[in-house]
Amino acid sequence: MKYLCLIYDSEAQQARMTREEGGKMMAEYGAFTEAIKKSGHYLGGNPLQPTSTATTVRSRSGKVSTTDGPYAETKEQLGGYYMIEAKDLNDAVQVAARIPAARTGAIEVRPIMVM
Amino acid sequence: MPAAAGSGDAARVREIVDRVYRDDSRRVLATLIRLFGDFDIAEEALHDAFVAALERWPMEGVPGNPRTWLVSAGRFKAIDQLRRRVAFDDRRAELERQIEELSHEEPVIAESGDITDDRLRLVFTCCHPALSPDAQVALTLHTIGGLTTEEIAHAFLVPSPTLAQRIVRAKGKIRDARIPYEIPEAADLPDRVDAVLATLYLIFNEGYSATFGEAVTRADLCGEAIRLARLVVELLPEPEAIGLLAMMLLHDSRRAARTNDAGELVILDEQDRSRWNRSQIREGQELTERALRTRRVGPYAIQAAIAAVHADASSAGETDWAQIVAFYDLLLNMNPSPVVELNRAAAIAMRDGPERGLDLINALLARGELTSYHLAHSARADLLRRLARNDAALAAYAAALELTTQEPERRYIERRIKSLQG
Repeated sequence: MKYLCLIYDSEAQQARMTREEGGKMMAEYGAFTEAIKKSGHYLGGNPLQPTSTATTVRSRSGKVSTTDGPYAETKEQLGGYYMIEAKDLNDAVQVAARIPAARTGAIEVRPIMVM
Repeated sequence: MPAAAGSGDAARVREIVDRVYRDDSRRVLATLIRLFGDFDIAEEALHDAFVAALERWPMEGVPGNPRTWLVSAGRFKAIDQLRRRVAFDDRRAELERQIEELSHEEPVIAESGDITDDRLRLVFTCCHPALSPDAQVALTLHTIGGLTTEEIAHAFLVPSPTLAQRIVRAKGKIRDARIPYEIPEAADLPDRVDAVLATLYLIFNEGYSATFGEAVTRADLCGEAIRLARLVVELLPEPEAIGLLAMMLLHDSRRAARTNDAGELVILDEQDRSRWNRSQIREGQELTERALRTRRVGPYAIQAAIAAVHADASSAGETDWAQIVAFYDLLLNMNPSPVVELNRAAAIAMRDGPERGLDLINALLARGELTSYHLAHSARADLLRRLARNDAALAAYAAALELTTQEPERRYIERRIKSLQG
């Protein structure tokens, strides 16, 4: 079964990281991604540019409006995602708990709807 | 061997079916959920299986093993249901594959006490931490306890549709997020057992000290929590499960004495101890000792031990307060909490006199964590009253009254105020 792991963390905190800290985080993500590729959980995943680059789009009665910024202003921001294959929710939770941002932010685990 | 059944036996068979329903329906349901991986299909199959039993047992006789018969009947009924559904469903191939599998696989029915008992899987699924505590409570009472949504809604004073919605949503999450129907692996077991016990504790507490409303205790919820705790102890005799069951029994043993004939609250010090339920106390004390003997003692076992010391004493004055304080120290060490500190302060007041207890409660309130907790103010008021500092006691009772939402407790405090004024 497929799950999307949405990674929420504080952009402000990340912006304050030193080059060294940033490098360490990248290395951690690299190692994590390698590990879940090996275990067969990995389907895909990407980091996102910060919310300062976000555009929110709405279409109402054919009229499209765009606004600057993310859909919801929250304390922690969506910063990336992994798409994983897991046996069940327990399996997915175990994978999500190992995402580095789980220690500082939060991971939202959502099952993919089967159409 | 099937019992012979004549035409006049319909009433007798009905009685047997009723008894089997009471004793075994949850276990049959648990197995059907495992087989079908879906709560709703399993519930429907359970219903159909009992309808079939009512129709066929009067003619064919009561089967030697009713539980196996019911699982098998439920399984056939559900497979029929699924077959009919195939025609209308887009996921035809998936359903057909499932039916194919189910038709060939002989169901394995675990014996009672076996670690693979389906009811244990059911307990862990209903108390899965991915479900909200409210949902865990509702689903546990409904699925394992066999209570109707109306009964649960009534006990928790929420509208039936709200409660029904809660259960529907929880079942939906189990299905759609695929919460597994399994006993957790050894590494996860302690945390998961804690979650199960926390849910049972919530149910018991709701029954024992209703947050809102008229009744001081809602015995049905306490009884249900005890029944569920017994089941968990039977399936998984962990020290804390035993401790929790012991604590529930020891607290519940005071139920008759907690209210007087007028339905008013009677505090522990003033309870007529001859009205305590001796057989519950005996069982609770035995379980407490069993939990303590494991040397893996947790907060529930210690709370049970405190209740057991109270149960041993013929009056508040005769109580071994030194031992109670020692247990609170242990509890505090394990589980620092201002509420435990408050209880410890009250025990110290009994051991060393009200002055000492008052100092501790004043210090606790000064820290600010308990300022809106009514029992902190009423405990302080009780000590001030015992020190004959009536004006200060009245002010403290007034503060407690302001914060109390439970009717019997309000009336208790009002009586105290009146007696001080009079």
